[in-house]
Amino acid sequence: MHGIALWFRHLHETTGINLTIAYDPFDRARFLRGFLVTLELSAISILGSVLVGIVGAWLQGSRLRWTRRFVQGYIQLFRNTPPLVQMFFFYFGLSVLMPTVKNRFGMQQPLIGGFAWASISLIFFAGAFNVEIFRSGIEAIPSSTIEAAEALGYTRLQTYIHVVLPLATRVCLPALTNNLVNLIKTTTLAYAIAVPELLYVSNQIWSDSVNVPVMMVVLFIIYIALVGLLVAAMNAWERALRRPGLGT
Amino acid sequence: MSRGFDPPTGWTQDQPLVAIDDVHKAFGEVEVLKGIGFDVCKGEVACIIGPSGAGKSTLIRCVNALVPFQKGSIKVLGIEVNDPHLDKLRLRKHVGMVFQQYNLFPHRTALQNVMMAPILVLKRPRTEVEAEAYALLKKVRLEGKEKAYPGEMSGGQQQRVAIARSLAMHPDLMLFDEVTAALDPETVKEVLLAIRQLAEEGMTCILVTHEMSFAREVASHIYFTDRGVIVEHGPPAEFFSAPRDARTRAFLSQIL
Repeated sequence: MHGIALWFRHLHETTGINLTIAYDPFDRARFLRGFLVTLELSAISILGSVLVGIVGAWLQGSRLRWTRRFVQGYIQLFRNTPPLVQMFFFYFGLSVLMPTVKNRFGMQQPLIGGFAWASISLIFFAGAFNVEIFRSGIEAIPSSTIEAAEALGYTRLQTYIHVVLPLATRVCLPALTNNLVNLIKTTTLAYAIAVPELLYVSNQIWSDSVNVPVMMVVLFIIYIALVGLLVAAMNAWERALRRPGLGT
Repeated sequence: MSRGFDPPTGWTQDQPLVAIDDVHKAFGEVEVLKGIGFDVCKGEVACIIGPSGAGKSTLIRCVNALVPFQKGSIKVLGIEVNDPHLDKLRLRKHVGMVFQQYNLFPHRTALQNVMMAPILVLKRPRTEVEAEAYALLKKVRLEGKEKAYPGEMSGGQQQRVAIARSLAMHPDLMLFDEVTAALDPETVKEVLLAIRQLAEEGMTCILVTHEMSFAREVASHIYFTDRGVIVEHGPPAEFFSAPRDARTRAFLSQIL
């Protein structure tokens, strides 16, 4: 470890490539924390938005007209407005209306912090697209298959969970992967509401060490790796779901 | 394999198991059923035949409430189907249905297709259901195909899985909607064999079919429908040898 640090310090002195996160313990620690925040934010918003997609697509098939309208309204609102504006709306708009609690230093602090608002905002944003993605999958299922489940006495929810959703997922997985890739990249917007995620801490580091190009390259590499990992996982899932005679 | 029969209120063995009375059904302006009615007693096999567009499939879909109808009454084991407060799930626990296009769940194996409904709908224990599913697949001569997916089976095999899937619910009535219409001639035989076996065991069946020789062999009663009404009906021997109505004769001469 010490040897590596020395080498990077030497690299800086001889070439000017200043990778402080490789030799400076303080920079390394905050960079790692930022990386973890990005991972956490990505994981929470992926899971949350997929859940919103699944539940939303179910509600879209509701017999109640107002339920369907509500879902439609949600989709229009979150699909047709910029995600940064949504995040500001939650963080600066809604948070004012939320209660505050006394923290351990005796100060008032908001009940829902920046990280939570960023998660909520990203879940709503990506969730709106996910509803439409699952709907496209559901529409590809022959109504006769659903009728067979009905004839066997399945409730609407049982039909959805055991027949509609597994089949729809197989159809819409490529589109879902696309949206989740976008979502991982969109987590950087949390920068704007001071969530210490990867871009935010990188900014702190390059402000201190004036190594913007180096940190930019690091950021690119990390996001390429993160998205690559997600795509690989989604592809593996797609293969695992493959059944003879279903799809290609 | 027996399950406690849960007799719906008021129904006794001496009443018809299915009582269809003056059923009218229209899709928009088009009236497809114009007052159809007949009874099916326990253990009987009713065959509905007739030209396409006669409303045969619509009629049997009305029986298990897959499609609503406007006027008339269908009582299955005393349960009135034409009731806005009908408990559809309760009705469907008594009525099995097999479709022209099999409609198996393609993401599940043959065995899973048979097991799902008893576990989910009847909440029966998995081990018991599994043993029974193996037995049912054996009964329709699909031993060894338990782990195959629908996409790996022929049409006739899939249709027999569909029959086993329905039987796993222990229905009191089976509906067959042109179940051999999508099959190649070789596989039709195996499916008909499975249905005949059921009929011989005393299962009450309503079948819509174009297989005249099969209808002649298994049916207790034949109903010939055309343009939404029953034109002629009778026991198969009588119906096929001495049709009275001109439309029946025209139809039979085309088919036979």
